[in-house]
Amino acid sequence: MKISRKEVEHVASLARLNMSEKELERMTGQLDTILSYVDKLDELETTGVTPTTHAFSINNAFREDEVQESLSVKEALANGPNENGEAFVVPRII
Amino acid sequence: MNPYELTISQARTALDNKELSSRELTSSCLERIRSVDDTVHSFISVTEKKALQQADAADKEIAQGTPAPLCGIPFSLKDLLCTRGVTTTCGSKILENFVPPYDATVVEKLKGQGAVIVGKVAMDEFAMGSTSENCAFTIPENPWKPGFVAGGSSGGSATSVAAMECLASLGSDTGGSIRQPASLCGVVGLKPTYGRVSRYGLVAFASSLDQIGPLTRDVTDSAMMMNGISGYDKRDSTSVKQDIPDFTKALSEGMKGVRVGIPSEYFGEGLNNEVATVVESAIQSLRDAGAEIVEVSLPHTEYCVAVYYLIASAEASSNLARYDGVVYGYRDQNAESLIDMYRETRSNGFGDEVKRRILIGTYALSSGYYDAYYKKASQVRTLILNDFRNAYESCDLIISPVTPTPAWKRGAHAGDPLAMYLSDVLTISANLAGIPGLSVPGGFSNDGLPIGIQLQGPHFQEEVLLKAAYNLELATELGNRCPDI
Repeated sequence: MKISRKEVEHVASLARLNMSEKELERMTGQLDTILSYVDKLDELETTGVTPTTHAFSINNAFREDEVQESLSVKEALANGPNENGEAFVVPRII
Repeated sequence: MNPYELTISQARTALDNKELSSRELTSSCLERIRSVDDTVHSFISVTEKKALQQADAADKEIAQGTPAPLCGIPFSLKDLLCTRGVTTTCGSKILENFVPPYDATVVEKLKGQGAVIVGKVAMDEFAMGSTSENCAFTIPENPWKPGFVAGGSSGGSATSVAAMECLASLGSDTGGSIRQPASLCGVVGLKPTYGRVSRYGLVAFASSLDQIGPLTRDVTDSAMMMNGISGYDKRDSTSVKQDIPDFTKALSEGMKGVRVGIPSEYFGEGLNNEVATVVESAIQSLRDAGAEIVEVSLPHTEYCVAVYYLIASAEASSNLARYDGVVYGYRDQNAESLIDMYRETRSNGFGDEVKRRILIGTYALSSGYYDAYYKKASQVRTLILNDFRNAYESCDLIISPVTPTPAWKRGAHAGDPLAMYLSDVLTISANLAGIPGLSVPGGFSNDGLPIGIQLQGPHFQEEVLLKAAYNLELATELGNRCPDI
């Protein structure tokens, strides 16, 4: 086994996902198959190979720090599932 | 001939000659949507009223004289391109009611030219999938054969263009999501070079791989669309300051002086015979047109799927962390604590495939596994990039199939995600390398399903792909074909 049910449960928790018992079981099986497949990469020797994170390396896309028009508060809040006209409202934290 | 049957270039002429108004053309597409969308299910939303207003505005511009090339032309948009005031769902329940307060750069560019947007089209949730069956709202069907998949993730873009519900569409391609549905539905799909087109306002899946591009009925229209959407954008710091050619100038007959590479790795095990025959015939057409055919090698091809599903999932797990129910989208209203709200919102809002990729990505980035998975994949990505660099020393473009098989039956890969991932083997390397790739119709299977030809080129060499595709289109006469629906 590449990944255990317990590990899947842990990863799901890191990703803020709830999983039912049945879902956990299915995902564990599928993730195991996928992770076993990607082990294929171990066939390749990559010591000293620079990783690519972007097909082009663009360094530091600077721009002037200018004040520009931005969304109004009303527009910014418009999609909020719960808002009070000034801020987004979430369940009590403290 | 019905107006909706026109290509963009034909419609442009008819509009400019006042033989047709944009309102007539737009109404014709809307009527077509009413009559065939119950069969092909391309659209998540049809914006009829806005479309007619845009058409009237376009007609005014045309009357005044010098309209832009895309003025008055009806388009559909994949539902992950932000449209101001129009719901943008990304095919997900979690964004079911999301109404963006701004337009994506490409949408702004189309609108700036006076284009008409007829609606937003179906896609796999967050562009994750190869059939569009992961869409939370509607599942497009292949217009060439009922019960067969449209491909994905830009499935609705492909079906809306193939079924002639609009003249062209914009999709996005992270691992083949423009080229593959274009191939399965018999239209032209172009994934531009990474950085050629601004991603601002494209809902992010895997930011180092995503690119927006056109799906059109013929190659000329693809070039016209590229003229309309390319260019540096200060709001996308990964867009590239590169001269934009007039892509339509690349469309000339004859392939003399062009070296076409054939990568043996793309013609291996699992390649369907009918697909192989169609590609061989395309190679012959290019040879007949004067191209020089050379053998090239892309030795790391067999590792692409593994690299892709680690990198794309890792980036997705990070990008999709923003869907927490706080500032937009679906929120579970029953949770009592903030953490529970995050968890319930994400668990109820995301579909299965999205959760699977978030899990893979989170795992690949997690402490103790980062080096073994994410870093390793990023190193092999370098080797894949080098493969292409080496290949382009001896050729100007690479020809291959788009997919190993024509379209398959709906539900065929249910429960077996790896089988689905493997079907992307021929398209994902272009995204990993950031190079442009194009799919152009090449022929049909005995069952009447379209088979596309893939052309891949060096960075910023979309023109040579368009030229080769144009020559293939002249040979096959498969431009602007309408399925019998």
